[in-house]
Amino acid sequence: MISFLSKYLPNVVQLGWGGDAGWGTSIFQTLFMTFWSAIFGGILGIIFGVVLVLTKDGGIRPNKFWYNFSDKLVSIFRAIPFIILLAFVAPVTQKIVGTQIGMKAALVPLTLGVFPFYARQVQVALESVDPGKVEAAESLGSTTRDIIFDVYLRESRSELIRVSTVTIISLIGLTAMAGAVGAGGLGNTAISYGYNRFNNDVTLVATILVIILIFIVQIIGDFFAKRMNHQSR
Amino acid sequence: MSIVELKNVEVAFPQKKGEAVKAVNNVSLSIEKGDIYGIVGFSGAGKSTLVRTVNLLQKPTAGSITVDGTEFVRDGKQVISNKELQLKRRNIGMIFQGFNLLNETTVLENVAFALKHEKLSDEELEKRSLELLDLVDLKDKADFYPAELSGGQQQRVAIARALANNPDILISDEATSALDPQNTQQILDLLKRLNKKFHLTVILITHEMDAVKKIATKVAVMEHGNVIEDGSLRDVFLHPKQELTKKFVGGSLEAISTLNSLALDKLSEDEAIYQLVYSVANVTKSIIIELYKQIGVEVSMLYGNVELLNEEPIGTLVVLVKGDPAEQKQTQEFLAKQNVTFTRLDEKGNVYHD
Repeated sequence: MISFLSKYLPNVVQLGWGGDAGWGTSIFQTLFMTFWSAIFGGILGIIFGVVLVLTKDGGIRPNKFWYNFSDKLVSIFRAIPFIILLAFVAPVTQKIVGTQIGMKAALVPLTLGVFPFYARQVQVALESVDPGKVEAAESLGSTTRDIIFDVYLRESRSELIRVSTVTIISLIGLTAMAGAVGAGGLGNTAISYGYNRFNNDVTLVATILVIILIFIVQIIGDFFAKRMNHQSR
Repeated sequence: MSIVELKNVEVAFPQKKGEAVKAVNNVSLSIEKGDIYGIVGFSGAGKSTLVRTVNLLQKPTAGSITVDGTEFVRDGKQVISNKELQLKRRNIGMIFQGFNLLNETTVLENVAFALKHEKLSDEELEKRSLELLDLVDLKDKADFYPAELSGGQQQRVAIARALANNPDILISDEATSALDPQNTQQILDLLKRLNKKFHLTVILITHEMDAVKKIATKVAVMEHGNVIEDGSLRDVFLHPKQELTKKFVGGSLEAISTLNSLALDKLSEDEAIYQLVYSVANVTKSIIIELYKQIGVEVSMLYGNVELLNEEPIGTLVVLVKGDPAEQKQTQEFLAKQNVTFTRLDEKGNVYHD
């Protein structure tokens, strides 16, 4: 097995498992960045998505200021290309994390890069909840809190899982770019150790690993989205 | 003391261009405790918009609204705080055409959702929710998801949920319109039963006169945002004043479609069609035979029906009377003396105009 790999994928084997450039390390870095920025970006995205739906004209708590504020903020951050955002927020990263490079530092731009995308997706998911259900809850004298959690979030949870899956997949794409600030990960392996050194076998294996990762996320997402759906079947 | 008092209520929707559209126009209604108050009209008449002002799901642009002694709106301004409104809404249950149940929670949780603010223990919450489901005969479906139930069952769950906070008022917004006749009957019977049992005031919005006829005690007819006629069901039914009301009562839509399918030729001067509506108990003589005996006109029947108006049998006849104008006049005079409401129609079933 090893001899087979050494023959056909010599540079892949040479990188090894552990160590700074090892496959294990880069897989861990990709998972680490994806996981934590999904958590932070997810929380921000849900907050902004909920605020957008509640405060819009005709929402249950219409408020022009907060709607415009969230709407513009989300639009502005969505408009910045991620590779530029990486550099743009570097001073902020320095303040928060204490360094501008590495895996942890990359979490700041990753979170800022993914939350507006997710916020828009959450907004669409929440708006897909039948307004009649919200109206029914209002007629029952439900509190805003109950309407947010039991009507909006609960009724759209299948849709939320679906958009979360899409978001995590695009986040994996963003982590590949984070290699530019020395965050490591599979994307960095593919570019620095593969492409830049003309080691095509490294690029190939890194790509396949990213694809496998994305497939796993997709399968898990589909499974739960289906399971959480009790609409007419 | 009426439980719902609407005074000169107006709801206008501003348009991007031109004048605002008035969905509800200067409507005043007074609904007494224990009424089953039917509001009928074709779709687009403003019924739903009007009734949504009662619990302020729709804010009126003018007028005053008082519910159960609490002023909600005075001269188009909301005078109740949102917090207070939230509490008051628990006294006004509402059911909808689309049921509007939460699909991702079970039937039991749907009912429990309405009790969430009560701070009950889990056991108490379940017990109370099951009691409510028992009231609508769905205790055995507690652990099902709404999508697993039929439309009629879903609507009963919605009723259980609407009644969770022991409201004095229940608004039914086209609640039977999406249901088949059997389920419709079941829901109407249930509403009637709840009305009797809890002295619940029911506001019944519908475009189906049949539903109103079965259970309502009072009725208002709406057209183009206005209430054009209101009163006790019997009065409105037996003595309709407005053209639209006349069309709505006495199975008239059915009568009109019967007339249409007959495709009669244009009536000659010696022919006239009358729609007769009467309480079966009050009319003992056969009108048709009497007309022949006393005036000598030939009467043929085009449509006939007897139905129950809140349990009172009401007959509807559409007859073609052949006789010269003098005899027609006599016929009308004869009918006017009977306990019969008659409306002259043309050959298409529309109200006759000279």
